[in-house]
Amino acid sequence: MANIRALIVDDSSVMRKIVERCLRQAGVELGTVYEASNGAEGLAVVSGNEVDLILSDINMPVMDGLEFVKNLQAAANAKGIPIVMITTEGAEAQVTRALSLGAKGYIRKPFTPDQVKQHVVPLLRVDR
Amino acid sequence: MNPDVNTIAPGSVSGHPNEQWRSALFAAAAEVFELMVGEAVSRQEDGAPDGANDTTAMVGLAGALCGVLSIRCNVSAAASIASKMLGEPVQSATCVEHQLDALGEICNMVAGNFKARVEGLQEKCMLSVPTVITGQDYCLHSLADNEAVEVALLFQGQGVILRLEIHG
Repeated sequence: MANIRALIVDDSSVMRKIVERCLRQAGVELGTVYEASNGAEGLAVVSGNEVDLILSDINMPVMDGLEFVKNLQAAANAKGIPIVMITTEGAEAQVTRALSLGAKGYIRKPFTPDQVKQHVVPLLRVDR
Repeated sequence: MNPDVNTIAPGSVSGHPNEQWRSALFAAAAEVFELMVGEAVSRQEDGAPDGANDTTAMVGLAGALCGVLSIRCNVSAAASIASKMLGEPVQSATCVEHQLDALGEICNMVAGNFKARVEGLQEKCMLSVPTVITGQDYCLHSLADNEAVEVALLFQGQGVILRLEIHG
């Protein structure tokens, strides 16, 4: 897939840039890259734009990543968008919760571009 | 997490912080710096070099381990860390937001990596979002009787100090 429209949700602007760089290094051909600093901002982006891929932190102020994913399931235009959680928290309970809410993958910080490739690229090959 | 570094038992959270915890803290920091900053850090057994460590990032831990993990360094080191993470120059006098953001995220990742190395903490310890303080003229007072584990690092010839205050 080319011109992937990605949404990166993280309260750290530095981390958003790193995630974008890793996606490019992984060979993902990015189109528009949207950024949001919390789940509420992420929902606003999704409601007003077409998005092909979402990468989200979990531990964020205002609306955390788990709440964000939960709310996404109710958004009509978010159906089928692959969501990958990228977070410092590696607790099994959180992983299970994120996956049960609809996330398709989980990457723990710190990460390498290869790990991003491994978790993200297969999701982009699945037709929505 | 680097499989070469074994997960360690929690030891006595309320007892004496020991070398295992320092080793876990260092291993966590080393991995975070290597993967996210792209630069190795070394451990300074004699403490960090003297300098004005005027940028401090803190992350709270709650649950099986209550405490605060802090990482402090000078503005120049914070700018270097941000620059390496972003892959572009970050001047110490400008782009303050990037320096604070980068140091806060490093602190957050070190805390997460550390708790994954201590048996029983991964599932039972939560992290706060980071807070960053600038300046040196402040005192931090805890209402708990603290013990602390401190590790001095060297990053590009500059001191970076990791400190885990243990509240219980």
